Amino acid sequence: MAYLELNNIYKSYGQGDAETEVLSNINLTIEEGEFVAIVGFTGSGKTTLVNLINGLIQPTSGEVLFKGEPVVGTSHERGVIFQNYSLLPWLTVGQNIYMAVKEAFPKKTKVELNEIVKDYVDMVGLSHAINKRPGELSGGMRQRVAVARALSMKPEMIIMDEPLGALDALTRGNLQDEILNIWGKDKRTALLITNDVDEGIYMADRIIPLKPGPKATLGPEFKIDIERPRDKTEMNDNTNFKETRNAIIEYLMEIGNDRKAEAQEAIVLPELEPKSFVGRFN
Amino acid sequence: MKQSITLEKVSKFMGFGFLTTLKDLFTGKLEKEDFINFLRKVVVPLASILLFIGLWQLGAEALYNREAEYKIQTALTDQGPEAAEAMKACIASGDVSCQPNTLPSPGQVWDSYQSLLRDHQIIRADKAAFIEKTAALNEKRIAAGKDPITYTGRPSFIDQIVMSLKTVFAGFLLALFIAIPIGILIGLSPTLKSAFNWFIQIFKPVSPVVWYLLVFMIVKTILIDSTEDSSFIISFISVGFCSMWATLVNTAMGVASVDKDYINVAKVLKLGPVQKVFKVILPSSLPLIFTGLKITLSVAWMVLIAIELLAQSPGLGLFVWEEFQNGANDSNSKIIVAMFVIGIIGFLLDRIMLTIQNWVSFNKSEAI
Repeated sequence: MAYLELNNIYKSYGQGDAETEVLSNINLTIEEGEFVAIVGFTGSGKTTLVNLINGLIQPTSGEVLFKGEPVVGTSHERGVIFQNYSLLPWLTVGQNIYMAVKEAFPKKTKVELNEIVKDYVDMVGLSHAINKRPGELSGGMRQRVAVARALSMKPEMIIMDEPLGALDALTRGNLQDEILNIWGKDKRTALLITNDVDEGIYMADRIIPLKPGPKATLGPEFKIDIERPRDKTEMNDNTNFKETRNAIIEYLMEIGNDRKAEAQEAIVLPELEPKSFVGRFN
Repeated sequence: MKQSITLEKVSKFMGFGFLTTLKDLFTGKLEKEDFINFLRKVVVPLASILLFIGLWQLGAEALYNREAEYKIQTALTDQGPEAAEAMKACIASGDVSCQPNTLPSPGQVWDSYQSLLRDHQIIRADKAAFIEKTAALNEKRIAAGKDPITYTGRPSFIDQIVMSLKTVFAGFLLALFIAIPIGILIGLSPTLKSAFNWFIQIFKPVSPVVWYLLVFMIVKTILIDSTEDSSFIISFISVGFCSMWATLVNTAMGVASVDKDYINVAKVLKLGPVQKVFKVILPSSLPLIFTGLKITLSVAWMVLIAIELLAQSPGLGLFVWEEFQNGANDSNSKIIVAMFVIGIIGFLLDRIMLTIQNWVSFNKSEAI
C-alpha cells in the first residue's frame, strides 16, 4: 500500500459554461520516506494540487488516499509550508509557532510546549528573533518561521508549496540545505512543489512535471539517481545530473511550446512590406 | 530590544507631528530644510486661523451694522425721529437692552467663554459650601435611613460638558457591545447576513430624532414605575442606536473578508471555532473594526447634541437649546462657545480613537 495515493483526480471550479477545469487525470503514488518534487509553470494548477493533498479542498472526482484512508480534511499528520509563508502578522515568531504546537499537542503543559517552540526556533536559527513580529523579519527569516511552524507539529509528511519561490538565490540555497537536513534526520515523507528544475533535482528522489492547465496532468517521472548528501558545486559536473536536467527542461520546453503554438494559432499578422529606404540614410 | 519612547514618537503616533517641529524651533535644533516644514506645519495653519478670525470679525461687524440700521429704521417708521435718535444713542452707548442680536464677534465669544468659566467657579464654590453645610445633616439622615440631601442647583458649563461626555461614552459602549458581537456573527455566517441585512439597510439611515422617539416610547413604558429621571437613559440608548451601524457594518465586513491565507492557516493547524475567531479572525479584522468604532464615536458625538436637546437630558445640547430659548444678550456668543467646545472635543475623541487604533492593530503592509 502506497503512503500517499492520488487516483484519477479531476478538479474543476465553477459550473456549466463557467466551469474551468484545473486538474485532470492526476495519478500519483508516493512511498513512505520518499522526497518527491513536482515541477511546473506558474499557473499550471500546482497550488490546487497541493491543497487537494493537504485537505483544504476536495477533488471534483477521484480520490486522495493517505495511508489508505481518504483525505477529507486537514490533518496534523500532513504539515504544510505555504508559498506566501502565511504567518499571522499580529503574533510574534514564538507565538506563531506556539499556536501550532499547542494545537498539535493539546495534552502537553505550557512549559513543555514552550520548550518545543524554543527548539524549533533554534533549529531554524532565529533564537534572536523569537519575540519579533513577522513584519520585522526579512523574507528568508519569515520562511524559516513557516518551516519551523510546519515542522514543530511533527508531521509525518511535509508538503511544501513553492516554499522558496520568493527568496533570493543565496537564501534559497541555504534553506534548501536546511530543509534537506531536517528531512534527512528522521526521514519523513516530503512533497515539494516548485518551478525551479535545479531545486527539484537537488532535493528530490523523483521529479514529476506538471503539464500546464487547463486540464493539467502529470507528465512522465524522472528518477534522480544522485547519491546523498548532494553537493551543489559537484553536481554541476555530474553527468547524471546534466542528463536529467536537460531531459526535464527539454520536456518542459516542449510542452511549453505546444501551449504557445496553441495560443498563437488564432493570430493572423497583417502583411507589411518595408517601404523603400533609399535616400533615407544618406 | 526595547524601543525607547520619546516625545517625538508619541506625538507622531497621535497625529500631532507638528508639535515636534515646534519643540525643535524652541530648542534651536531646526535645520534649514526643516524650515519649509515648519512653515507648512506651523505658520500656515496659524495664518489660516488668523484669517478665519479676521473674516469672522468683519462678517460679524457687517451683520451688526445691518441689524443696528434696521432697528433704527424700525424706530423711525414706528415711533418717529426722536425714537430713532434715542435708539441710535442707545446702541452706541453699548447698553445691553438695545444691542442688535446677531452673530457675535470673536471678542464677544471670548468674553462669554471667560464668563462661563467664572460661572463654573462660582457654582463650584456654591456646591462645596452646600455640601459642607449639609454634611452633618446628611449623616443624621443616613443614620435614620433617609436619603441624603443632594445639591440640586444649576449645572455649570463644565458640568454640562462632563455630562455630555458621560452620555456619549455610555452610548458608545452600548454601540460597541451590541455592534461588535452581531457584526462578528453576521460576518461569519452568510445565512445570518441575509437574515439581518434588510434590518441593517432599513435602520441605518434613520434619523437620530426618530431613534430618540422610538427609544422614548419603549423606555418610558419599561420605566413606568420609576420616579427617577429617565432622560439620561433614553439619550444614551438613542445615541448608541444611532451610532452603532458603522461599527456593525465594518465588523461584518472585516470578519467576512479575512485574508484567505489566514483561514487556510487556521484550517491546517486545525484550530477550533472559538480559537479561530479569537486568534485569527478578530485580530485580522481589528483595523476595520476600529475604523468602524472611530466613525461610531464621531457620529455619537454629533447626534448627542440633537438627542440631548430632545430628551432634555443635561449636557451641551441642552445648554445650546436653553441659551437659544433664553435670548439673553450673551446667549448667541455662548452658543458659539459651545460650538467650539463641541468641535474641539469631537476632534480630541477622534485623535484618542486613532491612537488606540494605531496601538492595537498591526500594520497592514507588514502582513504576510
